Amino acid sequence: MHEDHCISIWFFIGSLLTVYGFIIVIASLPAVFSAAAQPHVVLAQLHAGLWWGAALLLLGIFYVITYWPAKKDQQHSES
Amino acid sequence: MIQLCSCVPAVLLASSSIISLGWADVLIIVIYFAMVLGIGYYLSRFTKTGDDFFLAGRKMTMWIAGLAFISANLGSLELMGWAASAYQYGILAAHWYWIGAIPAMLFLGIVMMPFYYISRTHSVPGYLKLRFGESSRMLAAISFAFMTILMSGVNMFSMALVMKVIIGWDINFSIWVSSITVLVYVALGGLLSAMFNEVVQFVLIWAGALLIPIIGLMEVGGWKGVIARIHENFPHGDYTHLWSTLGHFRDNPMGINWVGIVFGLGFIISFGYWTTDFLVVQRVLSAKDLRSAKMSPIIGAAFKMLVPFIVILPGLIGLAVMPGLVGQDQAAASGAASYNEILPLMMARYLGPGLLGLGITALIAGFMSGMAGNITAFSTVWTYDIYKPIHLALTGKEVDDKHYVSMGRWATIVGIFVSIGTAYLVEHAASIMDYVQALFSFFIAPLYGTVILGMLWKRATPAGGFWGLLAGTLSSIGMWAWVRLDPRALSIIAGSPDAKAMAEDMYRALWSWLICVAVTVLVSLATRPKPEAELVGLVRGCTEIPSEGHLPLVKRPIFWAGVVFAAFLVLQIIFW
Repeated sequence: MHEDHCISIWFFIGSLLTVYGFIIVIASLPAVFSAAAQPHVVLAQLHAGLWWGAALLLLGIFYVITYWPAKKDQQHSES
Repeated sequence: MIQLCSCVPAVLLASSSIISLGWADVLIIVIYFAMVLGIGYYLSRFTKTGDDFFLAGRKMTMWIAGLAFISANLGSLELMGWAASAYQYGILAAHWYWIGAIPAMLFLGIVMMPFYYISRTHSVPGYLKLRFGESSRMLAAISFAFMTILMSGVNMFSMALVMKVIIGWDINFSIWVSSITVLVYVALGGLLSAMFNEVVQFVLIWAGALLIPIIGLMEVGGWKGVIARIHENFPHGDYTHLWSTLGHFRDNPMGINWVGIVFGLGFIISFGYWTTDFLVVQRVLSAKDLRSAKMSPIIGAAFKMLVPFIVILPGLIGLAVMPGLVGQDQAAASGAASYNEILPLMMARYLGPGLLGLGITALIAGFMSGMAGNITAFSTVWTYDIYKPIHLALTGKEVDDKHYVSMGRWATIVGIFVSIGTAYLVEHAASIMDYVQALFSFFIAPLYGTVILGMLWKRATPAGGFWGLLAGTLSSIGMWAWVRLDPRALSIIAGSPDAKAMAEDMYRALWSWLICVAVTVLVSLATRPKPEAELVGLVRGCTEIPSEGHLPLVKRPIFWAGVVFAAFLVLQIIFW
């Protein structure tokens, strides 16, 4: 996939998941502290948004770090 | 496999949106559009040659090619359409993901891919040119270009209607924003950009849709709870068995029997779509070497097997927790909710702020990956299989690669605008939606007969290939018209008056494939075959396929194909 030249697709995906995870966690926080802020969804007490957002955030950070473009450039210059 | 959603007319009649979005949801959607456009702009600098634009430089890894392969198919209303079908027909809808996909995808990887790849063709019609000559190529190219552009427009219109119902977006806004976005990133970066975005879209589809079945299963107490609630809600129907109700057309909600599923869907429709529809094959042709090209459909098959978890299971959970949804006609008459909207209804039921935006983004990503898939396949077939031979015939001279890249970009732009025109055409003639499903079966089943005989039978001749393809296509159209003119013909074509529309499609495909094969064989036996020297790289028995004997077992495509097939069999037994 043009690996010699361009940024890895997994870096783009990691960046997107990081941003999305962050937004979802922030949007879900009010419901954790106030029952009145809970969304009108089934099983709202599970705070799925908070856990799912956190999972996306961690996965995204992992991919961003693993596929950070400077790392690949460095590997190329070393080889 | 493509399912054209029958939801559209019901959607048209809906008066208010199902979901209202908050700031986080809107922000997530806006970021998605910015990301896909940014990727297209960034990748435009890597797209210079014809191979770059039309085949992503033939440098894709097996993972990228495999995920793009599956993602290009996952668009086209798959999420909405099959979730609705699962509500309507139960777990039988999963056949379109398992027997209707897995064997064919493995067959493509192990048996057919070497010939596509070694022949260095740019497209499936291009393979027909090498194997059978110009007339077969032109017939396949024109029918494919016509079908693809129509599908693109229909998908565009359907997406706009779905967005109108779910979040209240204006139809014109949806059509223009989504199509201009696809136009920009495909025209800039060609297949490379389309495939990059398809992988992003694949991840987003899972991230946005996976939470629905997880929370749904928690609500009803797991799979056993789903079964118990469905039996409670529908004591007279069987919605949870995959094979045991297929003895007779009357015994299952789909009105089909096992012959239609195994032979019509499993052997003809499925093999035709997954092995000869250039929309999906193009992704695999971009692989960097033969092993990657063989592994890509196998990786795609492994993920395809999991898709029912985010598409079929929400429909089944819907049967358990939201009984009483009705079909489109009833919904139109009574104002009740339709099961065609089951997926957005489930989103509204389970997804809170932010998650809702992610779910909507998953739907938009699915629609856009399907649209981009159609457009990239169209521009390649138009440029290489229609424009190039005509240009060559008229001018008598070859032109340089840049000329074809430029033509590919223009074909992308024109293709998008024709699709937009088609989308507005569909708006005024909703029945076209049904005809497109028929169009699909007219061209794909006979094409599979022609390609498979071309690859596996040395004796097949150019005349046999052309007349077989033409006879198969015309007979399919003829059977469709016959049933429209005289509904009693259905019992002749499908073998039972109890057969329903889905069964008609399966049996029509089966017959048209048989006719194509029979005509190809008879005409081939009566005409002179090509010398074997001209079949090298194109036909089994004349082509030396590189051995994989030196590779360790875990690196051999045949090993992973065996693993995926074993998992497929286990799923059939579990849900028998």
